[in-house]
Amino acid sequence: MQRKLALLLCSVMLIAVFAAGCGGDQKASTDAGEEAKVETKTTLEKIKERGKVIVGVNNQLPGFGYLDPNGEYTGFDVDFGRALAAAIFGDPNAVEFRPLSDQRRFTALQMGEIDVLIRNTTWTIHRDTALGLNFGPTTFYDGQGMLVRKDSGINSLKDLDGKRIGVLAGTTTELNLTDYIRKLGISAEVVTFDNVDAVVAAYKEGSVDAWTSDKSALLSRMATLSNPDEHKILPETMSKEPLGPVVREGDDQWFDIVTWVVFATIQAEEFGITSQNIDEFLQSEDPSIKRFLGLEGNFGENLGLENDFVVKVIRNVGNYGEIFDRHLGPDTVFGLERGINDLWTNGGLMYPPPFR
Amino acid sequence: MKTNDNKHNKHEETSPPKESINIMEWLRQNLFSSYMNTALTIATTILLYLILKEVFYWVFITADWSVVAVNFKILMAGQYPDKELWRVWLAVCFLSLTLGVSWGTWRGVAAHIAIAFIVIYAVTALMPFVSVESKIWLFVNISLILISSVLARKLKFIKKLALPCWILVFPVTIFLLAGFGILPTVPTSLWSGFLLTILLAVVAIVVSFPISVLLAIGRNSNLPLIRYFCIFYIEFIRGIPLITVLFITQLMLPIFLGGKIEIDSVVRAMIGLTMFNAAYLAENIRGGLQSIPRGQYEAASALGLSATITMIFIIMPQALRVVIPAMVGQSISIFKDTSLVVIVGLIDLLGMGRVIISNPEFLGKNMEVFTFIALVFLIFCNMMAYASRKLEEAMGLGKRY
Repeated sequence: MQRKLALLLCSVMLIAVFAAGCGGDQKASTDAGEEAKVETKTTLEKIKERGKVIVGVNNQLPGFGYLDPNGEYTGFDVDFGRALAAAIFGDPNAVEFRPLSDQRRFTALQMGEIDVLIRNTTWTIHRDTALGLNFGPTTFYDGQGMLVRKDSGINSLKDLDGKRIGVLAGTTTELNLTDYIRKLGISAEVVTFDNVDAVVAAYKEGSVDAWTSDKSALLSRMATLSNPDEHKILPETMSKEPLGPVVREGDDQWFDIVTWVVFATIQAEEFGITSQNIDEFLQSEDPSIKRFLGLEGNFGENLGLENDFVVKVIRNVGNYGEIFDRHLGPDTVFGLERGINDLWTNGGLMYPPPFR
Repeated sequence: MKTNDNKHNKHEETSPPKESINIMEWLRQNLFSSYMNTALTIATTILLYLILKEVFYWVFITADWSVVAVNFKILMAGQYPDKELWRVWLAVCFLSLTLGVSWGTWRGVAAHIAIAFIVIYAVTALMPFVSVESKIWLFVNISLILISSVLARKLKFIKKLALPCWILVFPVTIFLLAGFGILPTVPTSLWSGFLLTILLAVVAIVVSFPISVLLAIGRNSNLPLIRYFCIFYIEFIRGIPLITVLFITQLMLPIFLGGKIEIDSVVRAMIGLTMFNAAYLAENIRGGLQSIPRGQYEAASALGLSATITMIFIIMPQALRVVIPAMVGQSISIFKDTSLVVIVGLIDLLGMGRVIISNPEFLGKNMEVFTFIALVFLIFCNMMAYASRKLEEAMGLGKRY
């Protein structure tokens, strides 16, 4: 009797396995056909068909990407995703944000799960070449800094000799720190933590004398300490962290779109065009502004977009300065100075190539 | 443990009524019976006072609970669109209705669970920060449970609905949430917060159950192919951490499927959790199967019952009854394990907490958010444990017939 039952089960399972196998095979073969067709579709075509851009973001980085109490994605990086949606569809909400972890972000992009990665990703030669990625223009120049107490007597990295320094484990920040300690020939103790809250707690209790991370992150956390005035960030910048959008290699049109949408926000600031006053500029007789806003020429069409894509971006999301101020500027808890993120005309690094 | 409890119960039944003792005597007997005990009592009291003082001070004065209040909606329902929120509520209503009907039909365990739900609804409704709309929905839910239980008690035909309702709860919920084009479709990328936690846990527990029964039977099979397949599956899954299973389903599954069949990442997580849970449940159930004496099989075959009938009507009911505590333990554990989906980019309750404390407005409010999340998990896990205890009592677990 039991044998019969077992036999029955066995046959059912075998059939299931075969069926699954055959089903899989059939699907795979039809997929191969489809794949050939799909491959010829450009990213832009796929996005238009889908009706939305899929953007990989960080949902746990204060100021750059998080959810507001209404469940909407908000932040500096998020706004560039919205700018892309506005440029393509004229609607900043025609976008789906996919939260990605540090480890999964590049796979998701390579596998085509997302169209563009805007997730505080540092541009490095390894990522650009070995990972098959293309980096758009840098939207935020960050750098590694060191947070210390004002009364600690530490005024430069050299004063850290014999001190304990807190850092997140497994980050480029940690590698930079050990590099610096060796370079300066000091003997500081590196204490690693596996999450930011633990570092902050250790720093608060005084079990580490200093805490190193990206300056933007240090500033945001400094604002939440009980007496922000008692702390300071050392003047030295220990690393270069150019953060910007990333796309897959192999679709130059899409890469161009991402690149020039970012440049458009910067150029708009240079022209002084904001989401508030753009209607006045649409009346302007200045040929360079007319070209920029798509009233003359066909820059938009060359990208595969509408000629007035810049107008849509600025009207819906604002220029670079507006985006910066909204999320990181003086009115926010970060109170970040523009610094090197200012326009080149103000001594910063934001330098868009000419729109002509 | 169980037999001890029973002995204890019996003892209580036969023991004479307790003599009444006043508080002072009780204190003397239990806390100050010797110098050692007195010292211990005093030391513990001081320690407790110091800890509790700080805890109370933090809970009622230092803590800023507005972060939970403001974000209550996204903690619970995540990014589910506000306009479509009535669908979530409707799904909850259907669950309440089913609970009410079961209360009226079966009493016992169902009654306990239904009452627990009423208490949860009522407490939530009393929270000052819950929106008026939600309060109305909660009130509707409470009334639904009460009304349907009364109706089920009075009207016979409603009693027949209890089982079909339970079978329908899950499909109806998924239909309401997803929409499938009949209602406006809500993509699963917007399913997050506690809603996602519950869905993942329910799918993992419910779907893995039949699979695990088959695996458990298969592992005891005489046919080597089936036996080795089941052993391989169970030992393979039990041999790797849940995170790995989730990564496999999240990253490898699309590759195995040719890369062009898009399986939704929520579904992928559900598959991973189900695969994982099935292996563990199968081992629990196999334990139950082994506890059934051979005599039961022999008696069944002496009566001329087929192997299938024996398994379904004689062995399984007894085996499953024995392993209820183990299965509930596993379910509680998988319920908590759902928070691991954070690493594959889904935002469950815990993930939502982490997202909220990244909002510059709420920086540094981690303690409040995590305390709240712990409370939610505590309530639901305890409810499952409570339900299992009641179920054991109702089924007379540990007693031999």
